[in-house]
Amino acid sequence: MSKVSLTVNGKEVTAEVEDRTLLVHFLRDVADLTATNIGCETTSCGACTVLLDGESVKSCTVLALQADGRQVTTLEGLAGPDGSMSPVQKAFHENHGLQCGYCTPGFVMAITSLLAENPQPTEAEVRAGLEGNICRCTGYHNIVKAALAAASEAAQ
Amino acid sequence: MIPASFTYHRASSVDEALALAADLGEDAKFLAGGHSLLPMMKLRFAVPTDLIDVGRITELSYVRDEGTYVAIGALTRHHDVHTSPVLASQVPLLAHAAGQVGDPQIRHRGTIGGSVAHADAASDLPAVLLALDATFVIRGAGGARPVPAGEFFKSIFETALEPGELLTEVQVPKPAVPSAWSFQKFTKRAIDWAIVGVAVQAGSGDAAQVALINMGLTPLRASATEAALDSGASVADAAALAAEGTSPGSDLHASASFREHLARVLVRRAVEEARSRS
Repeated sequence: MSKVSLTVNGKEVTAEVEDRTLLVHFLRDVADLTATNIGCETTSCGACTVLLDGESVKSCTVLALQADGRQVTTLEGLAGPDGSMSPVQKAFHENHGLQCGYCTPGFVMAITSLLAENPQPTEAEVRAGLEGNICRCTGYHNIVKAALAAASEAAQ
Repeated sequence: MIPASFTYHRASSVDEALALAADLGEDAKFLAGGHSLLPMMKLRFAVPTDLIDVGRITELSYVRDEGTYVAIGALTRHHDVHTSPVLASQVPLLAHAAGQVGDPQIRHRGTIGGSVAHADAASDLPAVLLALDATFVIRGAGGARPVPAGEFFKSIFETALEPGELLTEVQVPKPAVPSAWSFQKFTKRAIDWAIVGVAVQAGSGDAAQVALINMGLTPLRASATEAALDSGASVADAAALAAEGTSPGSDLHASASFREHLARVLVRRAVEEARSRS
């Protein structure tokens, strides 16, 4: 057992956990933040994507101890204090970027990271940037539309 | 899926990491980005008693122009290799290939040293570094020793690293014609490992350095192709020799004979592309 202390969505969360605890389990079971979904658990599907120090990572393949002392942002941390949606969340809403919604938190976080690195991506760059996320419902078109809409909204 | 229990240790310097490894013995493993090791631990293919996290040794994350070669710290992430201005101008083959590893999330965590030390013959960067005649710097209790890429990869997941040794730096000689490269990767889905891949660094003449991904237990140089190109053979004739000396496996993605076919086709495309860029 080891003590892990993370800043999750701006708040410090400290707990004594088994050394093998994965970040996704820490977020869901210790920090009680369940927007981050567990999909494949094999670093393939991207459902568990969160931001670690602002960059997208798959939280099923990061030990909670590797994130000790660092900043983690989950989907719950994107909305403003008044509940207003982030530009990416709003774009998903307006472009119907989801069907069942299971992959959505991971996509929103992956796109948030993508736009931080490349604020005005081309459609091809969006598609390449989402290689690490799988959606079985939408065929991706509206997700890509949402990413481009969020980029163009930010540019205005 | 979670790994079997282990004890976690964090090293803040190379010396501390080596001291921990000496104390903990052969069943301890170094943990860098963890994007090869943690998946294997979840599947219980790897069951280390202890993990020594070297991921915070910031002194091992850098890309430096050293004149005749580029030095890359072992803990430099794929994302940072991919976006390095030094590599973009001096070794664009490596900068490009690092951007083809896995997906963006994986590239935010995985490191060049981790990929090399893991030594999966299906990984991209070991073959790219073999094509580039890179040298790996290994630190152990007795100091540092350089090992050429051609002598580093021993078998699947086996390298020249002895127990307790840590890969600390990758040195890549600058190609004479940096732009004369090609990287071909045949996959079923974007994020998959290569079914077969080819890395080529050509020069101003006929010669080219050609390495193969997933055509045996280690990354391999296509020596017969290289010799033919060097003696002036046509690209088509040289590429026809690409599978000589290889021993690809058969799995649900491809048979060995299809892999041999892919190697010949991809080598031809890669050499043609590399030459067109020189």
